[in-house]
Amino acid sequence: MEKLRGLKCRECGRRYPSAPVHICEFCFGPLEVDYDYEALRGIVTRTSIAAGPPSIWRYRDLLPIEGDAAVGHHVGFTPLVRSQNLAEELGVSELYIKNDSVCHPTWSFKDRVVAVAVTKAREFGFDTVACASTGNLANSVAAHAAEARLKSYIFIPADLEQGKIVGTLVYHPTLVAVEGTYDEVNRLCSEVSDKYRWAFVNINIRPYYSEGSKTYGYEILEQLGWRAPAHMVVPCAGGSLITKIWKAIRECTALGLVERAATKMHAAQAAGCGPIVTMVKNDTDVLIPVRPNTIAKSLAIGNPADGYYAYRAVKESGGYGEHVSDEEIVEGILLLARTEGIFTETAGGVTVAVTKKLIEAGVIPRDESVVVCITGNGLKTPDVLSERLETHVMIRPSLSAFDRALAELKFQAGQQGKKENR
Amino acid sequence: MRVRLTFPPERIQEPIIYHLVKDFDIVTNIRRADVKADHGWVVLELEGKEENLERGIAWLKGKGVKVDPVERDVVVP
Repeated sequence: MEKLRGLKCRECGRRYPSAPVHICEFCFGPLEVDYDYEALRGIVTRTSIAAGPPSIWRYRDLLPIEGDAAVGHHVGFTPLVRSQNLAEELGVSELYIKNDSVCHPTWSFKDRVVAVAVTKAREFGFDTVACASTGNLANSVAAHAAEARLKSYIFIPADLEQGKIVGTLVYHPTLVAVEGTYDEVNRLCSEVSDKYRWAFVNINIRPYYSEGSKTYGYEILEQLGWRAPAHMVVPCAGGSLITKIWKAIRECTALGLVERAATKMHAAQAAGCGPIVTMVKNDTDVLIPVRPNTIAKSLAIGNPADGYYAYRAVKESGGYGEHVSDEEIVEGILLLARTEGIFTETAGGVTVAVTKKLIEAGVIPRDESVVVCITGNGLKTPDVLSERLETHVMIRPSLSAFDRALAELKFQAGQQGKKENR
Repeated sequence: MRVRLTFPPERIQEPIIYHLVKDFDIVTNIRRADVKADHGWVVLELEGKEENLERGIAWLKGKGVKVDPVERDVVVP
């Protein structure tokens, strides 16, 4: 089956053969993988997908690879949790949490895109993969490169905290710490990717890499019994995830995998870095770059490349967007942990807090189904909560000391209950 | 060098690219642009001596023009 027709410019529509390129030579617009959906119709079915492995590769016919998966055989197929407690707390009848905080192997949705990118890099014959990242992407590229036995170069800003480096260094990449501003590091990496014949996952491999995000959407639909929810709340950084989930929904509709898809896509961003949500709120397709100032570092992209496409996905679907403050983000993390036992990073806190706001504002009606997209694990960034968590009870090692402490705790809980009932 | 320039509202009416060409001896080749009354961006190719390119970009930044690689968000979380 010839499913891939190469690449196509998202702006001027010019076609290119499949190659490790990402920019249209004519208009400098971004390139996207072009599939032959006619060839896929009837071949990609609910049954064919169900016969696949319990990973992102069950959707391989809808991914831009031609051979077998090289890495990431256990990536994806993360839980879609039907929430009782958080649903009750938010006052909605049907709420689900798509939980990529437990995505194998590096605990974020980036494993999906990187598994596709590294497989494609192998297909193109590269012996080195690279990326520039301050967090989840770096972890995932280093891990998958190790699995693929490829060399890897990870570029980071020199001032990155040590805690964030360990989760990358452990996979033994070449870590290059660059002294300079964000803009300087950004430009250097673009120049490096131009000069060296490496698979820079989010530069020259970007058209393939970003397709991996579609699997997040396919899984939600399949796990709902091939039904599309009424609402999805998606965290936005570069804007690619929400764009690709929306693409996945449209593909599933076109291929007859779901009968009717009227999902409203809602964008979630921090107030300290929310240029996409600002576009949605102001109803303009003009993105004004911002300088990030938020604790949600995993969403801190001030000039997102896919901002325009993210805005368009929201508008086409009839969705909306919301900003939340750093305090609301922390409350969102704590709320999800307290109600569902899921510890997410700040991006997840943004999504939960935005969901709450959209429900309270009536944008998400209380009787309609909603999926909250959780994309990363809280254990990577525990520092954001350090000032908010109560200390533990400390006692001497005796039963009587514990009895007294327990009585004190019960008394305090009673006082608290009285206060709340007043 | 392929870059994206984002202009702040107060610079929209200035002949920025003209000065980039004339004062820094840089050849520009505009591929896409969207310039309105209150905002503007231009995607273009810059060619010239490395030293001139660096000086030209520093001058742009001094004018408050945001200069990004055409890919924009290369360093990501």
